[in-house]
Amino acid sequence: MAPSLEAVQLTKNFGSFTAVSGLDLKVQGTKCVGFLGPNGAGKTTTMKMFTGLIAATSGSALINGVDVSKDKKSALASCATLIETPEIYSSLTPKEALSMICEIRGVPKAERGKRIDEALGLVKMTEWENKRVGSFSKGMKQRVNVASTLLSDPEVIILDEPSTGLDPRGMSEVRSIVKSLSDRLVFMSSHLLAEVTEVCQEVALVDHGKLLVYDTLENVTARFSGGGGSVQVGFSRMVDEETASKVSKLQGVQGVTRSNDRHLIVRFDPKAVSQDKLFEGVAGLKAGAVSFEQASGLEDAYLSLIKETL
Amino acid sequence: MATKARVGSGSQIGIITRYNFLNYFRARRFYVMLSIMLLISLLLTAVVGYYRPVTFLGIPGESASTAVLGFYGAGWGSFVSIVVILSAAFFGGDAISGEFQNRTGYFLVPNPIRRSAIYVGKWIAALAASTIILLIFAGVMLANGLYYFPGNVPWEFAQSVAFAWIYLVAALSLTFAFSSLFKSSSISILMSVILLLFVFGVIDTVSSAVAGVEPWYSITYGAGIITSILNVPYPAHQLTQSLGSLAGGPNRTNARFQLTTFNATVPEGLGILLVYFVAMAALGLWLFERKEFTS
Repeated sequence: MAPSLEAVQLTKNFGSFTAVSGLDLKVQGTKCVGFLGPNGAGKTTTMKMFTGLIAATSGSALINGVDVSKDKKSALASCATLIETPEIYSSLTPKEALSMICEIRGVPKAERGKRIDEALGLVKMTEWENKRVGSFSKGMKQRVNVASTLLSDPEVIILDEPSTGLDPRGMSEVRSIVKSLSDRLVFMSSHLLAEVTEVCQEVALVDHGKLLVYDTLENVTARFSGGGGSVQVGFSRMVDEETASKVSKLQGVQGVTRSNDRHLIVRFDPKAVSQDKLFEGVAGLKAGAVSFEQASGLEDAYLSLIKETL
Repeated sequence: MATKARVGSGSQIGIITRYNFLNYFRARRFYVMLSIMLLISLLLTAVVGYYRPVTFLGIPGESASTAVLGFYGAGWGSFVSIVVILSAAFFGGDAISGEFQNRTGYFLVPNPIRRSAIYVGKWIAALAASTIILLIFAGVMLANGLYYFPGNVPWEFAQSVAFAWIYLVAALSLTFAFSSLFKSSSISILMSVILLLFVFGVIDTVSSAVAGVEPWYSITYGAGIITSILNVPYPAHQLTQSLGSLAGGPNRTNARFQLTTFNATVPEGLGILLVYFVAMAALGLWLFERKEFTS
């Protein structure tokens, strides 16, 4: 049977706040599925319900058909997870911490050493395998966390922003690792759309705890980019509200989203304004624009679906 | 996919115990606790060796069996509760809350393991670390006792050590329950120490001395058997002393103040500690099973 993750009317309330609202989603097969949405959309909450870190208010989270809330032990037997940025007992070494996970997961004793060596090798932590985790940087700890998901040869891997805390090389290495897991089901949340575009075949977009779309990357891009264009504009200084507001009022601009402190993603109607005119318009604001580049199709679709604009 | 054996919860408890014990054993707090206990032992050894107080070494003419019990009562009996309480607070106070505050739970919990196995494994590891501290303290007391009373180890001391260990079991159950209740490590440790070191003591005194009600509901009252067993004869269950009298009332029954002291009998003390162990273990586990890992 193909590995699967399924949310059935999955709901989570924190008091009067609904973080996940009746989510219905089934992903099945060996592939990588990107789980996208803005901050507070319910991505991590959903993943926590799949891993038993929090309980669903109603509905079910199933891994390979097993309800996590009813039999977490069986459900997670074939599933490895990395949620947020876990900490490891500071007195243990990476080798000991991974050995603990191997033992909990029932990796045969004869295979443990080899598996641990391979996993630590993949995340480039072999050199540190006998040093105590307490002295590690956040990025080094995250590398060990990534290694922990590879130990038991899981059919399903749930990754919540696995690149968090990693340097650019580390991020690139994690992408390579995820790409190499093509023989299993990887369900990965990320804010980095370029990362999702590079490693995922399918995407699920959520907002306000509801599923907006789940389809292949190609279909989502084709259906929701809406024939519009989007560009990423880089600034030499932090983008303030005033600058973002001015850009949003330029002719042909349909929406502006902040991708980070110094970058705006600008959606525009190509029929109303050409890219070169838009470039001139942005430059004319004299707000410190220093770069202007085509945004990806996924970004376009994301911006079309996620209406939270400045 | 590679072969994997399904690991039973019993084996997983053993795994959690082993790695948590390793973590405790390497952590600074184990050595801090060891230092505190050794400091108490060193001070006791030095004070008895230098001043030779009659409280410890007995008064001339006293029988050897009474004197040796007095020695263990004054040394071991006076300080073992502090060692037990500090050990329970140090090793149990943040055992569960630390999984939330330090985020180590995010590494451990999303695995094919029941939360109860994690709880029990951590509890056994804390008990093992605390037992080492308690046994070293008992060993130092025994060495001192053998120096002053060669070849004379009273059976009551062995019973007292056993009772102290049972108190440790119950106290750890209590501190684990507190640890499950709070998400902050420092608050759960602080609450455990304050409760065991001061609050229960005050409750015992107020309940018995002021209200004249036996504090059967207090863990520290139950733990009184640790010292009571070192007294010959075993203290009376209830003692009432009259303090002062009504004006012009020479009759002691007219006393204005009566101070009542209760001493738990051995079965009663063991019963109280057992009930605390079971009730607090159930409460702590229930809380941990329902506690959510929210940022």
